[in-house]
Amino acid sequence: MVSFLRFLINGISLGSVYAIIALGYTMVYGIAKMLNFAHGDVIMVGAYIAFCAISYLSLPPVLAVLCAMAVCTALGVIIEGLAYRPLRQSASLAVLITAIGVSYFLQNTALLIWSSNPKIFPSAFSFGTIKLFDGNLVISSETILTIIANIVIMIALTLFTGRTKMGKAMRAVSEDKGAAELMGINVNRTISLTFAIGSALAAIAGVLLCSAYPTLQPTTGSMPGIKAFTAAVFGGIGSIPGAMIGGLLLGVIEILGKAYISTELGDALVFAVLIVVLLFKPAGLLGKPVREKV
Amino acid sequence: MKLKKSTINNIISYGIVIIAFIICQSMISSGSMSRSLRGQMIPICVYIVMAVSLNLVVGISGELSLGHAGFMCVGAFSGIIASAWLTAAFGLENEIVRLILAMIAGGIVAGVFGVLIGIPVLRLRGDYLAIVTLAFGEIIRNVLNCLYFSLDGRKLYVAFNNPAIPGTILVNGPNGAKDVAKISTFPVGFVLILFALFVVLNLVNSRSGRAIMATRDNRIAAEAMGINVTKYKMMAFVTAAVLAGMAGALYGLNFSTITAAKFKFDTSILVLVFVVLGGIGNIWGSIIAAALLTVLPELLRAFADYRMLIYAIVLILVMLATNNPMIRSLFGRLIHRGGPAAQAQKGGAAE
Repeated sequence: MVSFLRFLINGISLGSVYAIIALGYTMVYGIAKMLNFAHGDVIMVGAYIAFCAISYLSLPPVLAVLCAMAVCTALGVIIEGLAYRPLRQSASLAVLITAIGVSYFLQNTALLIWSSNPKIFPSAFSFGTIKLFDGNLVISSETILTIIANIVIMIALTLFTGRTKMGKAMRAVSEDKGAAELMGINVNRTISLTFAIGSALAAIAGVLLCSAYPTLQPTTGSMPGIKAFTAAVFGGIGSIPGAMIGGLLLGVIEILGKAYISTELGDALVFAVLIVVLLFKPAGLLGKPVREKV
Repeated sequence: MKLKKSTINNIISYGIVIIAFIICQSMISSGSMSRSLRGQMIPICVYIVMAVSLNLVVGISGELSLGHAGFMCVGAFSGIIASAWLTAAFGLENEIVRLILAMIAGGIVAGVFGVLIGIPVLRLRGDYLAIVTLAFGEIIRNVLNCLYFSLDGRKLYVAFNNPAIPGTILVNGPNGAKDVAKISTFPVGFVLILFALFVVLNLVNSRSGRAIMATRDNRIAAEAMGINVTKYKMMAFVTAAVLAGMAGALYGLNFSTITAAKFKFDTSILVLVFVVLGGIGNIWGSIIAAALLTVLPELLRAFADYRMLIYAIVLILVMLATNNPMIRSLFGRLIHRGGPAAQAQKGGAAE
């Protein structure tokens, strides 16, 4: 029972990271209708920036995270402006391939700057542990921090998209770009803002991911990126609470699957659950079914 | 007898491929081809077949598949097992016969997987379909990492998550297949390209092919015309899976060791890049893009560490350039490009 609780908490922690990444995916998809495959690599860049800030500049961890967020935000906006904006009217596959190109670009740039040798991410966020059940259940501070960060981000984003003017503009653009433009919304700026927020979240996710799994490589971001994308689809792509639920469920399924079924098959299980869910709910858990007009 | 226009076009296509093969073969035999390029010839054949078959799904049938490497993976391992089993059980030593039988085995097994995966996948649409094909590709790879195959005399053993099986191990879970007999040859690869072209071109120009394209262009209208949408989508998907499986077998038997990690998501993406850069729905484009882009990293060897970076930049720039309305219209005036895919793209952009 205690071990089950431990796995569950680990799962929620991993799921929180997925959820934060998936939020970036889902927001970008909702507004630009594109699969941003480079998102996973923005996570990796964020983690590297934080790593450098802590290890080489010996900045305090909070400042390092802010630093990573700033760099990733700039990176996200630049990528959107240079690579995606010229393709906004093109076929979705063209944008997809460009996103893949950007992903290769980021990975190989990281490879040149930081080399392929794995870096050990400093444990800057361990402030001790909480022991429960006579020390049988140990929860690390990173785990708690990840879960808290997830909740805070979730609340902040819900408030932002629901209450603020920019957030409402974002929802309007994702619903109907043309109509939003007619209402005086600057579509380009809104899309840039979405990329900025998504990339800043990716930076946070990168730091949290590497605090839990401290080996950092240029390819670190790609698998979590794919899984977070799966999580976003799982919850219904384009929906913010959906990304949250999808991420958490995916994390829990992965950890429990690895613990109780087979370490090798953890990933396969995640994808199998996704397929089953999509067969019964083709638009994801919280996705709106698209009605076809004839 | 007057030949149909499509037949003439097909004959020209085969002719060009045959000429290309003769040029390559004579360069190999005269020794004017560099060693590294010579080693690339079979992978080029494999990737051409992969690209042509994926184009059938993405271009002709209009469904984005991100798990094509999964079929390649299935084909590779079934081909390796079939090749070893044929030698052990029947004493078949002739390498070309063994290779062809292994390729057929790879194609059949991949085709079965294509049917199994196609049933759930083709019920979905758009990006959801894409993510599920991705998921299946990853599942295939993960499950293969847990499978162990061994050969004891004539008997073939399979075990799940349990390396202790009798006989000589063929496929050793996550360590993959070792000591594979390298029986793939360039001429057979070339024949496979011809076969893939033959299948795909004939399918596209047939009644079924037109039904598949009608489904792509407008699903509802096609359904109203009495076309069984699922059947034709399935036809394209399974044909592509079979061809990918055969290519996979050729690929697997080209290396002495191979692991399932070779067929990661990246490989699916690589093939998709060939298809998109070559022009969606354009079979010739796929062939040229696959050949050039497989060789490109070799040609960029002079740039050493920077080559993949340059590859990425080339990819982005080509996508930006080909989708730039000004450059497009310029090209449009130079060459009349009225292919169905180009039309569909323009239609999509106008929406």
